[in-house]
Amino acid sequence: MGRTLFDKIWESHVISERDNGTALLFIDRHLVHDATAQAFDQLKSEGQKVRRPDLTFGMADHYIATHDDPDRDPVHDAMVTTLAENAREQGITSFGANDERQGIVHVAGPELGLTLPGTLLVCGDSHTSTHGALGALAFGIGASEVAHVLATQTLWQQRPKTMRIRIDGELGVHVTAKDLILTIIRTIGANGGAGYVIEYAGEAIDNLSMESRLTLCNMSIEAGARGGMIAPDETTFAYLKGKPFAPQGELFERAVEAWRGLKSDDDAHHDKEVAIDARSIAPTVTWGNSPETALPITGHIPDLGDIETSKMEQYQATIEYMGLEPGAKLTSLKVDRVFIGSCTNSRLEDLREAAKIAKLGRAKVPTIVVPGSQQVRQQAEKEGLHEIFHQAGFEWREPGCSMCVAMNGDSVPSGARCASTSNRNFAGRQGPGSRTHLMSPAMAAAAAITGHLTDVRELEGTKC
Amino acid sequence: MLAFTTHRGQALSLPWENIDTDQIIPARYLHRPREAGYEDQLFHDLRFTPDGKPKVGFPLNDPTQAESTILIAGRNFGCGSSREHAVWALLDYGFRVVIAPDFGDIFFNNSLKNGLLVIRLDEQSIQSLMHEEGQPQILTVDLPQQSIINSSDLRFPFEIDAYRKEALLKGESEIQMTYRLLDKIKQFETHHINANPWVATPPAS
Ligand code: SF4
Repeated sequence: MGRTLFDKIWESHVISERDNGTALLFIDRHLVHDATAQAFDQLKSEGQKVRRPDLTFGMADHYIATHDDPDRDPVHDAMVTTLAENAREQGITSFGANDERQGIVHVAGPELGLTLPGTLLVCGDSHTSTHGALGALAFGIGASEVAHVLATQTLWQQRPKTMRIRIDGELGVHVTAKDLILTIIRTIGANGGAGYVIEYAGEAIDNLSMESRLTLCNMSIEAGARGGMIAPDETTFAYLKGKPFAPQGELFERAVEAWRGLKSDDDAHHDKEVAIDARSIAPTVTWGNSPETALPITGHIPDLGDIETSKMEQYQATIEYMGLEPGAKLTSLKVDRVFIGSCTNSRLEDLREAAKIAKLGRAKVPTIVVPGSQQVRQQAEKEGLHEIFHQAGFEWREPGCSMCVAMNGDSVPSGARCASTSNRNFAGRQGPGSRTHLMSPAMAAAAAITGHLTDVRELEGTKC
Repeated sequence: MLAFTTHRGQALSLPWENIDTDQIIPARYLHRPREAGYEDQLFHDLRFTPDGKPKVGFPLNDPTQAESTILIAGRNFGCGSSREHAVWALLDYGFRVVIAPDFGDIFFNNSLKNGLLVIRLDEQSIQSLMHEEGQPQILTVDLPQQSIINSSDLRFPFEIDAYRKEALLKGESEIQMTYRLLDKIKQFETHHINANPWVATPPAS
């Protein structure tokens, strides 16, 4: 029988296997970041050193400053410095503050060519699923596992099942990869992917740019999946060509030849198949504290009558936490803050989309734009996007995770409602008491200039 | 890691769905070193008001529940961020077992690597574990026998991977176990990188 894309990569990395399906896997790329300090401590307490520093790369992102902040907590800088020290001590290449290659690990990694098709990549961060967009098998791991990979360059894993999600048809105008993944999560649930690696396929996926594919795979974890992946194709190869850590010249050509075989065979079996019609998807936003609470922007906050009795208590708590009126139109929700950034939506394409909308008005609420990497920042500035943002009253920042997780001090005040392009709307995620609505960059920019959740398709000037 | 054989303790039920690791421990505490302990940060924003007072109605703040060591949770417990601090916070507070219909994958793995026994149990069994009116539930979790026993002596069997079970029983670190395979790892590595030379592309300066 044929093999899936996942099978091919998994099987080529198995060093040893137990009878229960657990395998010891070789790790081709290990990315570490400034919130993995405890794993280095664990490594040291085991009396070990990093076994393959040449296959390990560091990136400062979670704690890094995105602007000059006089109130910045020195603890945050210390975390950035600790990463640099650990890297130096262990001989790891690391990109820290003031490095041109620095960025959010899931933005800068692919952009530097650290992520390659067919490789097995791990990082102590759940959104590592992002890298699967290049046809890699990539997943997030915990601190003990990070220590294990540092010490051995291997990882024990239970073999996951595979799910294929086919998206056929074309996405509508202003419907993006973000709307697509939010719709997928609503369809299969926040744990619908648990135990699976998802392969995204179909016409709509083939037509996605590399950047959109990264957005899509990024949020696989929000469906509970171990990882998300897309078979590499010409889009992937063109993206990788000339990237600093990708193979160069003749070796690149050889690699591409090998990578062409990385797709699910026609007769391959996936444990689960899901199909979604791209034409049915509208710009989407979330209303609650789980990404599965996604709805088309044309919708309403669920009413009491829509909720099962067993879920009533949690629903009530969510309504109260989020400050919502049951049954209200989503577009009636006023926002207090807008955040455009995070490893989901901070790439050049995202900023271009946001800038197109920013051009149409001025920010009614504090809005920050945080590019995903130094490279993205530079390129955006070359194109003059930062000027557009300035003119619209959007604040243009330095790259980092920033307000996605509020670990560096950039946070949404308690009780404030934020239109955010990030990936998690958990209670308190963007700061204690923060109220997050997830959406695409264009939708977030639209909320910024109108002051409320807005169907970007209805905005004057966006109609085609 | 902490070894686990049999544990008897009071069970606390928190039947909400999708309790993510941000709820288990908010991101702003993650910079603390491991030895500082995370017991006070466990469920921090669910447990305390913004001015630091215990929130009335949160189960952990009920004095009769404060000594609980077994947590019975809702669907998709521990989803979200990979932070192992979530496991450390539960352990530091005193929890040794979490029972739920299912878990966030990474949290599940993290737990077993630290000696926090996570048990997937069907919703019906969970319901019967949660609803024994009156007294706080005292449960016995017997890892060798793979069963949970309630105060009326009813047994609820659970599944666990044989290797994980053994590691838990011994409290053995996985790194040490893997080192025994180092020769095999090196052999594989040489072959693998020869076959895929781009994996080893030397770092640009
Ligand atoms: S941007 Fe947000 S989700 Fe992405 S790595 Fe940073 S903190 Fe995690």
